[in-house]
Amino acid sequence: MANVLDIRRRIRSVKSTQQITRAMKFVAAAKLRKAQERMFLARPYAGRMIKVISSLAARVETISHPLLETREDKKVELVLITGDKGLCGAFNSNIIRMAVDFLEKQKDVQKDMQLNLIGKKGRDFFRRRQYQIRTETINLATGITFAQAKVLADSIIECYSGGAVDSVYLLYNEFKSVMQQRILVEKILPIQRLPQEEKGSILTEYIYEQDPAQILSTLLPQHVITQVYHALIESAAAEQAARMTSMEAATKNAGEMIDHLTLTMNRARQASITKELIEIVSGANALQ
Amino acid sequence: MLPQSLQVEIVSPEKLLFSGTATFVSVPGKDGCLGILPGHAPLLSELQAGEIVIRQGEESRRFFCREGFVEVLPHQVSVLAQVAEKPEEIDLPRAQKAKERAWNRLQSKSTELDYARACASLRRALIRIQIASSR
Repeated sequence: MANVLDIRRRIRSVKSTQQITRAMKFVAAAKLRKAQERMFLARPYAGRMIKVISSLAARVETISHPLLETREDKKVELVLITGDKGLCGAFNSNIIRMAVDFLEKQKDVQKDMQLNLIGKKGRDFFRRRQYQIRTETINLATGITFAQAKVLADSIIECYSGGAVDSVYLLYNEFKSVMQQRILVEKILPIQRLPQEEKGSILTEYIYEQDPAQILSTLLPQHVITQVYHALIESAAAEQAARMTSMEAATKNAGEMIDHLTLTMNRARQASITKELIEIVSGANALQ
Repeated sequence: MLPQSLQVEIVSPEKLLFSGTATFVSVPGKDGCLGILPGHAPLLSELQAGEIVIRQGEESRRFFCREGFVEVLPHQVSVLAQVAEKPEEIDLPRAQKAKERAWNRLQSKSTELDYARACASLRRALIRIQIASSR
């Protein structure tokens, strides 16, 4: 039977771990609220954007723009968004596994790959392996701004229009609900044929202050930036949600462990008391 | 019958700044200022850095915006701005500093001066200062 003192020491250590996980849970919950709010605020812009683009595309029938042209897929870039920190369950490992799967699949069909890594966890993983990395960005932290997304997206667009890559995919965690994250792969370049508005509706002709093609050529990069921004904030919210759930589970497990240890400790104490009693009683008996 | 008012929305990627009705809207189009009244013909234009004015009766509200688009429908105006700020959100000291910086750059006659960029940042700073101080 284990020593009462040893068990007591273990309970103390589990308790302090539980305090840490509980604090992390609350911090994650607060950050999640902020991230969710940001996601919510970004929604109207993204919605309007798509509406304007698709209505423009419906009116400008034969548009040709470098960002819309499909080229022969020889070199593919994968933009992978992971978290900067651990302790958030399977959040990072799941998406890294998906990324490796994706890369292997592309390799099977003889395509060249390069990586654009966002987040420390993904960077640390792929640095140690044989993959070509174009750029890496870490410590975007929670204060993601549109300006940061613009810098990232501009470099992607430049790389694409320079002909260095023929298509660009975005891999990130979508925030589905607090309990659930979904990993999404999105092709961001070339921009997929835009969803046309319903044929039946009457199209009112716009007055274009500028040439429609010119408007489109400023709208399309903007669209890519919006997509990257959207992915970044989704992923940030998903990370905090994952951390919150896993820390909650950890706090609960620590509680169970403490209960179990307390039970064992009480038993051990009881046993030692019984033993002492027996010793006293049998000693007294021997004297009679 | 023409609509009596406009449904106006100003959105930036980071938030929805304004949503409401107006009797008159003025936006800084790329090729000049655009005044929009209810019943305007459908229009799509790029925006440059400038001031958005929304008038509802006697009241008027002003916003700063930088690069974006405006979509006008007879009863609706949507402004999609890359950056948009309310007057009270404008960082005045920062705008002052930006103004001085741009001004100094234009004064120095170095050859590698990006004239267009300096001009644009001076313009932005001046508009920001004007909007913030008119509040």
